[in-house]
Amino acid sequence: METLQPILAAHPFLSGLESKHLENLAECASLVSFNPGQMVYTEGQTATHFYLIRYGRVALEIHTARRGAITLATVGEGDFLGWSWIVSPHRWHIDARAIDLTRAIAFDFSCVLRHCEADHDLGYEFMKRFAVVLAQSLRFLKLQLVDVYGA
Amino acid sequence: MVPNAPVPRPHPANPAVPMLTQPFQIRRVRQETPDTFTLALQPAWGAAPFCFLPGQFNMLYAFGVGEVPISISGDPANTQTLVHTIRAVGTVTRAIQKLKPGQVLGVRGPFGSHWPVAEAAGHDMVIVVGGLGLAPLRPAIYQILAHRAEYGNFELIVGARTPGDLLYYKELEQWRGRFDFRVHVAVDSAGPEWRNNVGVVTTLIPRARFDPWHTTALVCGPGVMMRFTVQELLQRGIKPENIYVSMERNMQCGIGLCGHCQLGPYFICKDGPVFAFDQIEKWFALREI
Ligand SMILES: Cc1cc2nc3c(=O)[nH]c(=O)nc-3n(C[C@H](O)[C@H](O)[C@H](O)COP(=O)(O)OP(=O)(O)OC[C@H]3O[C@@H](n4cnc5c(N)ncnc54)[C@H](O)[C@@H]3O)c2cc1C
Ligand code: FES
Repeated sequence: METLQPILAAHPFLSGLESKHLENLAECASLVSFNPGQMVYTEGQTATHFYLIRYGRVALEIHTARRGAITLATVGEGDFLGWSWIVSPHRWHIDARAIDLTRAIAFDFSCVLRHCEADHDLGYEFMKRFAVVLAQSLRFLKLQLVDVYGA
Repeated sequence: MVPNAPVPRPHPANPAVPMLTQPFQIRRVRQETPDTFTLALQPAWGAAPFCFLPGQFNMLYAFGVGEVPISISGDPANTQTLVHTIRAVGTVTRAIQKLKPGQVLGVRGPFGSHWPVAEAAGHDMVIVVGGLGLAPLRPAIYQILAHRAEYGNFELIVGARTPGDLLYYKELEQWRGRFDFRVHVAVDSAGPEWRNNVGVVTTLIPRARFDPWHTTALVCGPGVMMRFTVQELLQRGIKPENIYVSMERNMQCGIGLCGHCQLGPYFICKDGPVFAFDQIEKWFALREI
């Protein structure tokens, strides 16, 4: 039977993960693709999945009545997309729209959480990596607020 | 395979008569962004070819107003035309902005150290620029592209506040179409018509492909941007001695006499403006006095 394990192992977020853990995560994973302009998720929707981007580019947007969609950031190849799944009430707080043809691995978050609960080694490894993603995003966000080119 | 030879430090170049201003005539002016323009200059009296190394600067004199240090942003292989990209921020740069083709300004130089482009042959090259920082690095890009086969991967990472603030837009588009190096562009904010990256320039560094142990990085931009860029590059494993930055301070003489541009033990005009990061790490984050 074909498995997604090699594809998972090739993504920077999961690289170096033990194969039994990759096997667990592969049970929660599926391959998805989005055409340019297609919404990956929309503000207010229930967050059921998070994504590891393999190719392409996705814009994170906030929609305003007066200015329309404002792009806050873009994510691309090798990036993690969607943190809202981790905290209750598990709803997306912004829009994500594919800019280019985008291929990603979608993870059913309740399945991932179940595996993390059942095997705390996997849970710890997963959360360590997730913390890096969060810390990096916060660092970038702070810089964006500073207006580095005007400073 | 090319051995990983240590990259020598750049040396300052001393023009023959450093205090003498030469008249140069403006041949062309191109508006890059609302406040930034590029001048193409030629010696007013058909003087000798102008040779410089990427990263060096000239002191440009607006007659009767004053003199400012401005990096050379043209192709070092073209010794007939001198190119400068200038942002009009104050007295002298605004006076230069008012000059028209055919008018003359004074040029003293070239001064200062250079980007170690020739010295980095055999390495992967990563260039990270923010805003006006592309101007002093454009000569280095020309030189690398002219000797492309001598380098490994070449990644150019460009950041700006908005798409309208990107320098050399057409040239960036042409570079993006080439197969022999990768150009990444990110802006802090943009409308929906922008189909590229949004985010600070440092977000692109994790995506660049290079072998950190055999990579030379050249960085230029505003102080905050350079500090965070260097952190990201170090985090990716590039050695501090292989990361080069260009520093700015107010200048007067441009040749190490007046002390105006001192940074720790260095005079930026003569020991810099290009420094290896390990050389100036201690003074890098110092706030300008
Ligand atoms: C080695 C070196 C290379 C440089 N290369 C370039 C270049 O390629 N293109 C270019 O446009 N500029 C470059 N600069 C900066 C340029 O020299 C200054 O912008 C210029 O001296 C300002 O002079 P002014 O009389 O127009 O402004 P001033 O009247 O002296 O200052 C007006 C306002 O501009 C601000 N200002 C002054 N200097 C700077 C600066 N460096 N950056 C941001 N704000 C400043 C001042 O704080 C003040 O608020 C370089 C500087 C150095 C040291
Ligand atoms: S400008 Fe005079 S010493 Fe540097």
